[in-house]
Amino acid sequence: MTAVAQSSLRLLRRSPWSARFGMVVILAYAVTAIFAPLIAPYGETEIVGIEYEPWSEVYPLGTDNLGRDMLSRMIFGAQNTVGVAFATTVLAFLIGSVAGLTAATLRGWTDQGLSRLVDVMMAIPPLVFALLILTIVGTTMLNMILVIAVLDSTRVFRLTRAVAMNVVVMDFVEAARLRGEGLWWIMRHEILPNIMAPLAAEFGLRFCFVFLTISALSFLGLGLQPPTADWGSMVRDNATLISYGDITPVIPAAAIALLTVGVNFVVDWFLHETSGLKE
Amino acid sequence: MGAILSMVAQRLALGLLTLFVVSLIIFLSVEMLPGDITQAILGQGATPETVAAFRRELGLDVPAHLRYIAWLGDIVQGDLGRSLASKREITELIAVRLWNTLFLAGLAAAIAVPLAVALGILAALFRNGWFDRGINLVTLSSISFPEFFIAYALIFLFAVQWGWFPSIVNVTPDTPFWERVYRCILPAVTLTLVTTAHMMRMTRAAIINLMASPYIEMARLKGLTRSRIILMHALPNALSPIINVIAINLAYLVVGVVLVEVVFVYPGLGQLMVDSVSKRDIPVVQAACLIFACTYILLNLLADILSIISNPRLLHPR
Amino acid sequence: MTTHDEMARLLAMGRIGRRDLIKGAAALGAVGAAERVLGRSAMAATPNKGGALKVAIGAGSTTDTLDPATFTDSYMQSVGFGGMRNCLTEIDNTGKLVGELAESWDASPDAKTWTFKIRKGVTFHNGKSLTAEDVIDSINHHRGEDSKSPAKPLLAPITSLKADGDNVVLTLEAGNADLPYLLSDYHIGIMPSSGDGKVDWKSGAGTGGYIIKAFEPGVRSFLERNPNYWKQGRAHFDSVEILSIIDVAARTNALTTGEVHLMDRCDLKTVHLLKRNRDVEIYDVTGTQHYTFPMLTNQAPFDNNDLRLALKYSVNREEMVQKILRGHGKVGNDTPIAPATSFYAELEQRAYDPDKAKFHLKKAGAEGLTIDLSAADAAFAGAVDAAVLYKEHAAKAGITVNVIREPNDGYWSNVWMKKGWSACYWGGRPTADWMFSTAYEAGVAWNDTYWEHEKFNKLLVAARVELDEAKRTDMYREMQTIVRDEGGVVVPMFANYVGASSTKLAHDKLAGNWDMDGHKAVERWWFA
Repeated sequence: MTAVAQSSLRLLRRSPWSARFGMVVILAYAVTAIFAPLIAPYGETEIVGIEYEPWSEVYPLGTDNLGRDMLSRMIFGAQNTVGVAFATTVLAFLIGSVAGLTAATLRGWTDQGLSRLVDVMMAIPPLVFALLILTIVGTTMLNMILVIAVLDSTRVFRLTRAVAMNVVVMDFVEAARLRGEGLWWIMRHEILPNIMAPLAAEFGLRFCFVFLTISALSFLGLGLQPPTADWGSMVRDNATLISYGDITPVIPAAAIALLTVGVNFVVDWFLHETSGLKE
Repeated sequence: MGAILSMVAQRLALGLLTLFVVSLIIFLSVEMLPGDITQAILGQGATPETVAAFRRELGLDVPAHLRYIAWLGDIVQGDLGRSLASKREITELIAVRLWNTLFLAGLAAAIAVPLAVALGILAALFRNGWFDRGINLVTLSSISFPEFFIAYALIFLFAVQWGWFPSIVNVTPDTPFWERVYRCILPAVTLTLVTTAHMMRMTRAAIINLMASPYIEMARLKGLTRSRIILMHALPNALSPIINVIAINLAYLVVGVVLVEVVFVYPGLGQLMVDSVSKRDIPVVQAACLIFACTYILLNLLADILSIISNPRLLHPR
Repeated sequence: MTTHDEMARLLAMGRIGRRDLIKGAAALGAVGAAERVLGRSAMAATPNKGGALKVAIGAGSTTDTLDPATFTDSYMQSVGFGGMRNCLTEIDNTGKLVGELAESWDASPDAKTWTFKIRKGVTFHNGKSLTAEDVIDSINHHRGEDSKSPAKPLLAPITSLKADGDNVVLTLEAGNADLPYLLSDYHIGIMPSSGDGKVDWKSGAGTGGYIIKAFEPGVRSFLERNPNYWKQGRAHFDSVEILSIIDVAARTNALTTGEVHLMDRCDLKTVHLLKRNRDVEIYDVTGTQHYTFPMLTNQAPFDNNDLRLALKYSVNREEMVQKILRGHGKVGNDTPIAPATSFYAELEQRAYDPDKAKFHLKKAGAEGLTIDLSAADAAFAGAVDAAVLYKEHAAKAGITVNVIREPNDGYWSNVWMKKGWSACYWGGRPTADWMFSTAYEAGVAWNDTYWEHEKFNKLLVAARVELDEAKRTDMYREMQTIVRDEGGVVVPMFANYVGASSTKLAHDKLAGNWDMDGHKAVERWWFA
């Protein structure tokens, strides 16, 4: 066993119950998403019965409004939704944090330029912006990932820049600068480690906001293309049932919530570990 | 202080530039949207002939760049123009909506901001204890449900089941203040649930992030209590990211509540905006966008000023 | 005088006007309707006066205006057509034509020249008396080069329009026995003339049962009863507030919590749950509204009738009605003529038949066809689901349907009549001629399949002036057969109008020509 694995194991053994719970949840979702076609009892779009069948042994979660098996839709939904959300969040963080760090480190005109660009983008209400752009370019899955990622990256940019600003003025950064270290080096070795905590916290939240954005867009009629199963649209499609105390729409919503909680528990633990506090 | 004043002046000038660019982007993208107002209004009833007549009436036969320049000329003189669809003065059209939007945002912020900051401080104080984990679970769950879902759930419980609050807001400009507050409770609570988690988690994270700093260590060694350390030493230094995230959420409360407006049938700016986009009523979209942009710019300016004041190192950069 | 006596009187007047004119279906229908109304009057309760009605409509937009030429959805139809204004004629709640601001009418034997006698003693809300000039200017509001009104094509055949004392004389370029029907269109509300050939629509003054007091586009309208309303036994409420509530869940919640008394367009997925509420009554009216999938027949591959037939055979209509309408509708037969429409012909029902679909597909040389179907819920509630269902059905016939969800925004201008195959809805028209000449006649603006069929077009023009009832019926039957077998449209279903009201409200038999009792609920209903 390598040293890295050993130390990870030690870390894992020390982890609180919440982080373990979070990791189990993430693992379960990952397995479901990857092996969806093997796990799901029926096809993603297959009409297997009449509409709104109650829960039974044949259809564990009943059927939806077209008579498709809910459980299978949920499982395939994991694949589509989690995949899209993950890709979008990672992309948003790549764009946002690199730009934010650059702005904070270089300051001056670069900062002004980037900040003003982001100001313009953020000054336009994101939902309306997404509505405009997606109506123009069409709602394919790729377009959706790109548009949401770019819009989300502005938030990441602002946060990165704000926290990095506080670090940039620290003496050790000044020292590195005087040592003649390159920009990229300073960003990676001096600033990034010191702003990791708020960024990680933000990642956990941004991740779940992507689900919500997809769901909100589907409220406005711009979700993923049917008959693709995705949780955001599934919540929207069945939302009216809540008014009668029916819990069907809660299932996809709860699936999103559980993942969000799981991810954020792990993030919190990470936050705790990186803060250097060992109580 | 002089540095701040010159920064404010600079930022306001930049703000104007931002507004100009925003208006240009919005104009271009609405122009690029397929279809125009005549087709949108006539809908299924549009024929080439009626569309042409309508375009002549609205002056849409003029090239786009000339229309933009004309609009810009008016706006510089403070004239927002008239709605293409209803021919009404936009100032008049928007005033009521803007007041409604600000009222709801204010009400929600009055609940959410103190709540979030207090919860965040408490969570940092009792870090990793049952309170921290519990409040985390609750706020995280509340944030993971789409806002319209939360709204429906609140309506189901408080309006349909128990009948405590109305299910739709339905206010007019004549509605008395407290009646208005009462009718706005459910949307305000929905928005509180949606925004609290974000602000609370940032407060907690920012404070915890500082807990390993040497000066906190120092304070600890001095034997100060944890609550005193957090309130007197960590919080002031953590203010910058907290203020930032509050600013983002306040801006969200003003500009991003379209779905809540739809569900509670609340006549706010967001709905006007989405409606106008779908009808391609460019002057109204422009006006609404400019108001949103102003809100955003001013809130950010405020956040930056507060950040600088809270961090002397930024106040006197080397 | 009770409502029903009054209605019977109105009906009778309409009948007198037309008896010597054309012995067409309209006149016969009016007799039937009069009997029905008289028969029912004994049973129905006498309407009460008073009360403040609140209505939630699932339409409306901040761009709405009081100009009837811009009325597009059921919100302004309820406010402007149902509350503020009257037309020359009215389709009553039994589907028959009666006079409204026209007391009676008369036509030349070739149905080219029409004389409408304008009702006397009617005043507008602003105190002005109704004259022939108001009627002429109101109709002209939709004509002429500068008109942007959707009623423009409807009124295009008018060659002259002039006053003759209290009468208005209309001349058409070709005969049309159904003209009085056309004048009941919700766009053609009568407004006060402003003297220069224009009308005053801005003030909202009309002759209707309610006076508009507050109008916030896309939010709410507040109307008060017109104390001088000329129509006896109509407009019972003291005031009416009409809210625009687009979100169906919000609309339903508003009804169940008592914020409103009446709503249109229930969520069909949950209407069975709403039915359990004892304070709520559901209305479910079969009318002329139909959902369609038009194909552009002027372009490949839809220019091949065998391919169109293959697609028509590859949809399971029963399952569509069951799953999309949740049973609140009827299967369609690829013609737009509903049982409620005049001259409906009972043709053999086309069934789901993958084998026949394969046969026609082979004949068209398009085996293994892959085809795009564009849909958005703007087309009709559940259109995307319907398209997905179609995909599953067609798969059994060896056809791959790619469902493309288009944005709701801009659907009518960018998708409908532009993309090869799309989803669409039609409110329907009360007469076969009106429906056909709106969307099936060659070259008309809304011919959404760009379909041109020589024989069909000849029959259509001939039937308009055919006075022999039996011959006319045969002609319309043939036209429906042609549309079913050679037309470019799949009509899988007729959708009911499903709405809900508080049990505090009472009403007579509901009209099927539009939703909300023909958009006249505010005028016809009352508090029990």
